[in-house]
This record gives sequence, structure tokens and C-alpha cells, in this order.
Amino acid sequence: MAERTLPAPPVNPESEAFYAAAAEGRFLLRRCTACGKAHWYPRALCPFCFGATEWAEATGRGVIYSFSVMRRADPPYAIAYVTLAEGPTMMTNLVDCDFDALRIGQAVVLVFKLSDGGPPVPCFRPAPPQ
Amino acid sequence: MSLRGQAYIAGAFEHPTRKAPDKTVAQLHAECALGALADAGLTKDDVDGYFCAGDAPGMGPLAMADYMNLRLRHLDSTELGGCSYIAHVAHAAAAIAAGQCDVALITLAGRPRSEGYSGANARPVVAAAPDAAWEAPFGPVTTNIYGMCAMRHMHEFGTTSEQLAWIKVAASHHAQHNPNAMLREVVTVAEVLASPMIADPLHRLDCCVVTDGGGALIVVRPEIARSLKRPRVQVRGTGETMKGQAGGDVDLTYSGGRRSGKAAFEEAGIAPADIKYASIYDSFTITVLMQIEDLGFCAHGQGGRFVADGNLISGIGRLPFNTDGGGLCNNHPANRGGITKVIEAVRQLRGEAHPAVQVRNCDLALAHGTGGFLGSRHGSATLILERE
Repeated sequence: MAERTLPAPPVNPESEAFYAAAAEGRFLLRRCTACGKAHWYPRALCPFCFGATEWAEATGRGVIYSFSVMRRADPPYAIAYVTLAEGPTMMTNLVDCDFDALRIGQAVVLVFKLSDGGPPVPCFRPAPPQ
Repeated sequence: MSLRGQAYIAGAFEHPTRKAPDKTVAQLHAECALGALADAGLTKDDVDGYFCAGDAPGMGPLAMADYMNLRLRHLDSTELGGCSYIAHVAHAAAAIAAGQCDVALITLAGRPRSEGYSGANARPVVAAAPDAAWEAPFGPVTTNIYGMCAMRHMHEFGTTSEQLAWIKVAASHHAQHNPNAMLREVVTVAEVLASPMIADPLHRLDCCVVTDGGGALIVVRPEIARSLKRPRVQVRGTGETMKGQAGGDVDLTYSGGRRSGKAAFEEAGIAPADIKYASIYDSFTITVLMQIEDLGFCAHGQGGRFVADGNLISGIGRLPFNTDGGGLCNNHPANRGGITKVIEAVRQLRGEAHPAVQVRNCDLALAHGTGGFLGSRHGSATLILERE
């Protein structure tokens, strides 16, 4: 089945370091230097305490919080919220999988997919069996 | 300051059109304004406050106020998506209580049907929106964002597609009596489930209609309401809020209705059980189910059981809802259902709903809505109205 073309994200001063790292295959998230909490989507100021934040490497492991297969689209695609091992839940796409076999709670791992004329963006696929 | 009793809804008008390729959006706004003023027994010269949201063409309220040539001392273009107009009633009441205006006009209009809009297509990305850099690649459209809410609700509480379908069935029972409704045919649970899947688990008949049209409201101070010949509909309770992704602490199983509803019931000094009729924003069936829980009509997670078996059908169920047919069957002008929610609540309180769906002794009604995207970031507004 043809894969959906991912529109390129706008790259701006708050996102450019993330997408530069993504081009090197590294997945970053943002953590607060004051309260220590990780958040999503990444911001310059912590959404919990307004403390200063910094980039931190993330594991790229998570579980599906919810998803919806867009049947009406051609080709269909699966939007999802994935809860990362580090805590925050992020919007993403589920890729390289049988959409009919997806389940909430399923373990997934990060896979970068190239966007259309832009940087790689963080998607997820089912985790290989342990 | 409590807004209870500070203002009255004196005029309400829903444009009869559902497809208007031959009219401009500005024209539809003005026709709605004229209709609501005529309903109230007032004229354009009486208006000194104007409220509109993002559907109004031009900059904020300026272009429409100039188009209608209003002479104003209060303007407000609060934008909360589809529930803006429910919040506008509260803002108008506050402005009236503060002496900033006497007669407030609220308008909504648009032509998404003529312009080929579909909730399955991506909306234009606003590059400066802070979420765009993180979400635009993933294809969040209206239907799949609401779909994710329904999927999670089903996962946590065992809610079923059959239960969601009952919401559409109830709306269709009401719409059959509305000659202006876009969809007047009564549908069954089986027909909802047999309609094409759009975004799991939402079928086509779980989604609202796309219509051209609009509506308008007139909110006035108590002395003016008493001087008019229309039944008096008092603003008794109000609430508004927003709910987003909370920095990544995402919980799709409830909406901002928890907060806006609680505020409105506290201001009104009543409980959900006192409500005789409820207008509840029905962009999708799941929207209704979650809001019914969040407003306190049933416990969190029990919405599926509550809406089943016709419990929302006027004359049959415990909570008659959207007796005009709602957004699911009647009208969703400009892809924004907030104003039609208030309009049908006013009809019910005045005893002017269709006789087949009129709730007996309807003295307390609720109008509630969400705006934007239930599963990413949405506005929420609740209004409790009382017939005097």
C-alpha cells in the first residue's frame, strides 16, 4: 500500500534543534531545569512551572494512548497519541503496520519518516516482540 | 459579580437556508441580525453592543459592524470556535451588567457547503500556531481528532458504536418535524452502523451536517426585556473554559464541560436534574456523549448507557436534547453549532418549539458547546436559561 506523504512541519526557533537532531536520527524532548518534568510539545518555557527548559535525549519507546484510522483518506493513515516512556503523550502517526491490528495500550517504538520537502518527523511502529 | 438575572435573551433567529451560493457571508450575517431584531421587536438603531467570532468576514467585529452600519459602544470578538456564541451571551450579560451596552447583537453565518468544505480534509496550517511544528505532518482533521476521543472512551468504559448511534437516532426523530432541517429522515441504529466509516470509530452518520446559513441573538438588560412583548428568557448561569493537551498530560475522556458546566450550575443555583431541556453541541455523536457526562447528567463513563434506547428523544427519554434536529440532522452553519444551540433552547423556553417535540412546562434549559477540536484543544461554554 502506498504510504501517505507527510506534510513538512514549520521549522521555527523553538523546533529547529529538534528537527536538526531528527536528521541525525536522534529523538529529543524538552525537560524543565527547575521542576525536572518532561513535556510535549516542546516549549522554551515549562508548561507546568514556567521554568527554563533544555533538550534531552528520549528513548523513543511508548504505548498507544489512542488512535484513529482515517479511512476516508487515500491512502488511509493512522493518527495517534502515544505516551512516551518519559511521561508525556504526543500526537503522531502509526506507520509500517496493519491498521486493523492496532490496539490501545500496544507497545510502539519511534521511527523517523521523511516529510515532504522537510525534515524527518517522529512516527511510531509496533515494537518488535521481546 | 454573578450574572444571574442581569440580562435576557429577547430575540433569536435561525436562518432558514441550508445552501446559499447566491448570498455573501456578510449578507447572511445581516439577514440573521434583521431576523433576531424583528423577533425581539427591536430595530437596528437599538443595538449598541455587537458580538461575533471567527466566521465574521474582515477584521474582528469591524467589517461586519461597518457593513451593518451599527452605532456601538461595546464590541467583542471572542473566538472559542463553535461555542463562541454561547460564551458571547455571557459576555453580553457582563457588559450589560457593567453598563457598557443595553442591546447586544450576536451573529454567526457562513457558507461551508457552497464552498466545498469537508471535515475529512486538512484545514490550512497556520504556521505560527505553536502546535503546527509538532502536529501538521500527522494529518489532524476534524473527524480523526474526535475519533481518537471515541476510541479512548470505548477502551476505558466499554462504550459501543451502537450507543453512539442512538444519539444520531434521537436527533433524527426530532429533525423529521423541522421543515428546514437538512436531513429529515428518521434513521435506525443499524443504518448508522452501516454508513461508511470515516475515521475510526466514527461513521458518516456519527458526523454532523455541513450547511450554509447562520443565526443571531439579541441580549438585553432586564428593563428592556420587560418592555418587550416576547416571553422573557433570563440568563441564569454561565461558564466558560478551555482544555488542551496539558503539556502532554493528555486525557481524552472528558472535556472542558466539566469546568464550564460546574460554573454555570453554581451560578444558577440548580442541579442537572432540574434541567428540562438541553441543547448539547453535536459536531459528532461522541461530542454529545462526553458532554452529557461532563455536565453531570450521568457519571463519567456512563454516557453510553445514558444515551441508549431513546433517552434523548423528546416525549420518550429523560433528557430531551436538540429538538431542532441539532447539528447531526438540522443545521451546522459555518461549521459552528453554538448559536443554534441557544436558539432552540430559547424556542423551548418560550413554548415555540415544534409541538411534536415541545417539552412540557419547560422552565429551565441548558445550552452547551465545545469549539475547536475536542481531542487536541477546545473551548467550552455553558449557558443556563430560565423562563420567567
